[in-house]
Amino acid sequence: MIQFSEVSKRYAGGNEALASVSFNIEHGEMVFLTGPSGAGKSTLLKLLALIERPSRGQIIVNGQNLGGIRRGQIPHYRRKVGMIFQDHKLLHDRPVFDNVALPLIIAGVAYQDIPKRVSAALELVGLAHKERALPVMLSTGEQQRVGIARAVISRPPILIADEPTGNLDPDLSFEVMQLFRRLNQVGITVLVASHDHNLIRRLGQRVLSLRAGRVVAPELQGDAHAGRA
Amino acid sequence: MPAARDDGARGARLSRQTLGQRFAAYRLHHRQMLAAGFERLRRYPLATLMTVMVIGIALALPAGTLVLVSNAKSVSGTWQGAARISLFLKQNLSDSAVQQLADSVRAHAGVASVKVITASQSLAEFRQHSGFGDTLSLLGSNPLPAVLVIRPTNDYTTPVAAQQLGHELGVLPQVAEVRMDIQWLRRLQAMLDILHRAVLIIALLLALAVVLIVGNTIRLEIENRRTEIEVSKLMGATDAFIRRPFLYHGAWYGLAGGVMAWILVLIALLLMAGPVAHLASLYGSRFSLSGLGFEGSLVLLVSGIALGWLGSWVAVARHLRAIEPT
Repeated sequence: MIQFSEVSKRYAGGNEALASVSFNIEHGEMVFLTGPSGAGKSTLLKLLALIERPSRGQIIVNGQNLGGIRRGQIPHYRRKVGMIFQDHKLLHDRPVFDNVALPLIIAGVAYQDIPKRVSAALELVGLAHKERALPVMLSTGEQQRVGIARAVISRPPILIADEPTGNLDPDLSFEVMQLFRRLNQVGITVLVASHDHNLIRRLGQRVLSLRAGRVVAPELQGDAHAGRA
Repeated sequence: MPAARDDGARGARLSRQTLGQRFAAYRLHHRQMLAAGFERLRRYPLATLMTVMVIGIALALPAGTLVLVSNAKSVSGTWQGAARISLFLKQNLSDSAVQQLADSVRAHAGVASVKVITASQSLAEFRQHSGFGDTLSLLGSNPLPAVLVIRPTNDYTTPVAAQQLGHELGVLPQVAEVRMDIQWLRRLQAMLDILHRAVLIIALLLALAVVLIVGNTIRLEIENRRTEIEVSKLMGATDAFIRRPFLYHGAWYGLAGGVMAWILVLIALLLMAGPVAHLASLYGSRFSLSGLGFEGSLVLLVSGIALGWLGSWVAVARHLRAIEPT
């Protein structure tokens, strides 16, 4: 589903964020991406979101070579990748409903279909009653769940999350991760960048470790296979 | 990777909708952005009013001046229609010779009508109007020549053609002198042409100003909505989708500026109507200023919208690409 082959990324300043990274994430897998700050996690996710382009190497997502995607085609690619951010990136001047509906409006989904899909997505994250609330009226954990609802509403085959629990306390973090597990169990390929080792250990999924731009010992932890779809 | 293909097919099936539905959603988005653009103008009435006022003034200046110039042209045009060529004939011509000459002149293609004023008619007229009647009677013979007053046909009313006609008639042996009362009209016409051209140049500059004003306002708006643009791009919004609200916003500014300009021109014309009517009455004319008219108003509003749209385009083209998610 996500395949990196010898991918390197060197920024203009000469800083090499990724060096010859290769890995393969199968369809329906849930993988944690870990590593200390500056290890290249963010860069890797940016390459997947086509925010950045690799300096060398090849990335294939859902059978599509990202190198062959021109600027004008990026929007259509991004619609098939759900993204979740540490800072949620919600629009604070609009109610939850509008935030969650945004990907559907962007994709030109028929308007009469939008309300029920928004309801379903909010139900999934346990915020069915918060449609009319403004993001500022919600707790951080709830805001993150709104972000997740927005990421999954267009039913993307892939979900990538950048430190989704970075601002949450352990209990909330675990809840959010459980949510990712559930999404994974319905067939979505999930890649979560996180440095919360305790949490990752509790969830027992495959871990991809980065250190100084290189993959170190891609390992299967605990009973990772048990829950694989 | 058969699993991946399965998944892709599933995603496609889920998001599949008819072209008609897609187009309906697209049209609805346009309508919503149209409404949202207006809503944004309304949200900050004072700031909007100031911007609209600036646009309005920039549009009203050329529009108002063009109205004045076209009024002046129409006035001088009616004068020009009355442009006459006077042929002063040689002294010793008999009345029948004058009449004969008049007939041959009348046959010229450029001559609409010929009025014959014989020497004695000239004398009578002069006596009546000049107040020198008594003095004239001291003279033994009539010192005044016969005159043919010629009104050119419409084709010959332009200064150049009238001049041409005057030259042709002037070479007739019976003619002593050609007088044309169009010289000053030609000068006025030339001045109006210069004025007209100057107004067009100013109009172009002010149109550029409108584009820059709207462009700058939209640039600030883009800056304010930076997060929204970034997030939309991450959610897969195309450039056209992101551009749309700003273009409508700019078009609204242009339309509002056009309406403002229309009102300003109207007020200016109303303020001038009194003095103009007074001046016209001094000339014994019923002339009154004509306004923008339906066509002029339409042109004003449409150019307002077009300039607003264009200004928005400039801003959006320059700044939207620079805003990429990081």
